[in-house]
Amino acid sequence: MSAVMVDVHGVHKSFGPQEVLRGVDLEVSAGEVTVILGPSGSGKSTLLRTINHLEKVNRGWISIDGELIGYRRSGNKLHELKEKDVLKQRTNIGFVFQNFNLFPHLTVLENLVEAPVSALGRPRKEAEDTARRLLERVGLADKTGAYPRQLSGGQQQRVAIARALALEPKVLLFDEPTSALDPELVGEVLDVIKDLARTGTTMIVVTHEIGFAREAADTVVFMDAGVVVEQGPPSAVLDAPQHERTRAFLSKVL
Amino acid sequence: MSSDTITEPAPRLVEDPAELKVVPTRHYARWAAGAAVIVLIAQFVHGLATNPVWEWNVFRDYVLSETIVQAVWVTLQLTAYATVLGFLLGTVIAFMRLSRSPLLSTVAWAYIWIFRSIPMIVQLVFWFNLSALYKELGLGIPFGPVFFSVDSNTLIGTIGAAVIGLTLHQAAYAAEIVRGGVLAVDDGQLEAAAALGIPRLRQIRRIVLPQAMRAILPTAGNEIIGLLKGTSVVYVMSIGELFYQVQVIYGRNGRVIPLLLVATAWYVVLTSLLSVAQYYVERRYARGADRTPPPTPFQRARRFVTKESS
Repeated sequence: MSAVMVDVHGVHKSFGPQEVLRGVDLEVSAGEVTVILGPSGSGKSTLLRTINHLEKVNRGWISIDGELIGYRRSGNKLHELKEKDVLKQRTNIGFVFQNFNLFPHLTVLENLVEAPVSALGRPRKEAEDTARRLLERVGLADKTGAYPRQLSGGQQQRVAIARALALEPKVLLFDEPTSALDPELVGEVLDVIKDLARTGTTMIVVTHEIGFAREAADTVVFMDAGVVVEQGPPSAVLDAPQHERTRAFLSKVL
Repeated sequence: MSSDTITEPAPRLVEDPAELKVVPTRHYARWAAGAAVIVLIAQFVHGLATNPVWEWNVFRDYVLSETIVQAVWVTLQLTAYATVLGFLLGTVIAFMRLSRSPLLSTVAWAYIWIFRSIPMIVQLVFWFNLSALYKELGLGIPFGPVFFSVDSNTLIGTIGAAVIGLTLHQAAYAAEIVRGGVLAVDDGQLEAAAALGIPRLRQIRRIVLPQAMRAILPTAGNEIIGLLKGTSVVYVMSIGELFYQVQVIYGRNGRVIPLLLVATAWYVVLTSLLSVAQYYVERRYARGADRTPPPTPFQRARRFVTKESS
């Protein structure tokens, strides 16, 4: 087994009185693809958002490549990091949103160049070269000068993936990357993600695409009501689930 | 076809439906209303040209006279300073108001509350009489020793007082305009910027504000045009801007109407220029908002001409 890249430890998260995560533990090894499945409201997206500190946790901690996210430990205390330092940490964590969230007033190329230049201080020329290479990789080399709204949903999501890759993150998080797409556009986005999986990028993917989980996942995690119910290789979780809740969920979506 | 059969249909029908002629509706009421409006406009223009009260010769003498042009320049300067400083301060106040710090947000709220409550003319007179409130202005440690101080009338002349008054007034409105624009930007944009690790100030400058501009510009355009005309109230401080000079001149020669026309003409011209500028600035910030950007008026005109000739 390779080293642990993402370590989620006893994470609790509440929104007001509602407890969304009730003690989640999860380990993701470097180079592995983890797919998180579960019914709506099970806390999958919230978990993903705690990993890059878009949501603060109420209890527990998360580390990436051995580094605590959002906190600095001294003795028995966790000190909240300054926003500046959290932003720095996030450059190690690529995040792909359900609604793409491309910057509509910037061209495709500018979308990809912005963070490497302003967050990592890369020279613009170098960032543009990287951006062009990444756009070629997601099959959009001819769209550098286009504005996001001139692209289809599938193309926008591929740009968003390229934008996340531009920071050369240690781990990529996908929050339901195909849920906002028309059915015929889902395939092109999943193909890009599968291609990344083959090149050994560490990824956590929240999705409803069972077929994708079966094909691309090293580990499938099933969540319900804010806890991890079951996890294991796709063959185990998808074909021979141990828990009643997993079976009930799969019978509805398959 | 035989003509002696009794079953022959009375009107001859065209075989091909595409050849049927379309007869547009006649809009008699619309035409009558149009004619009435044309008559009214003609009467008005005729009156403008022939009624001796307008005294167009006086208008001609003054509209480009040195005094008036200088006064226009003062008006423009007041507008420019108050716009730039007002929107700068307004943007700061807007972000204070949006800040998570309850203190900053309350202070910003209070500022907006106060300065929107005081009529501009009252505020201007206050600043005009600043020296009555504070004889000297100094720089030092708060509640502690003062390093140096100057007489407030020397530091802030009449123009300075006017600029301060206009700016503070404008900032309160600008703050709400900017805040409205920022709130109109989708939350996902800030989230994406944060997820990419883009530094906080850069997020605001590069991601949020350019998108907020789309919502800010139409209202800001209104405000700036309002301000341009609003500068006329500084005549109460005897500053030689357009309206004040016009009053001085007609106070001397009694030609009230033509001189008011001079002021009107200049305000119309300046407002028109601002409107054109607004159109192009809005167009620039609309980049990426539409799949195909709308043509400029020039492009539209050219297209119209080439289409006509082809």
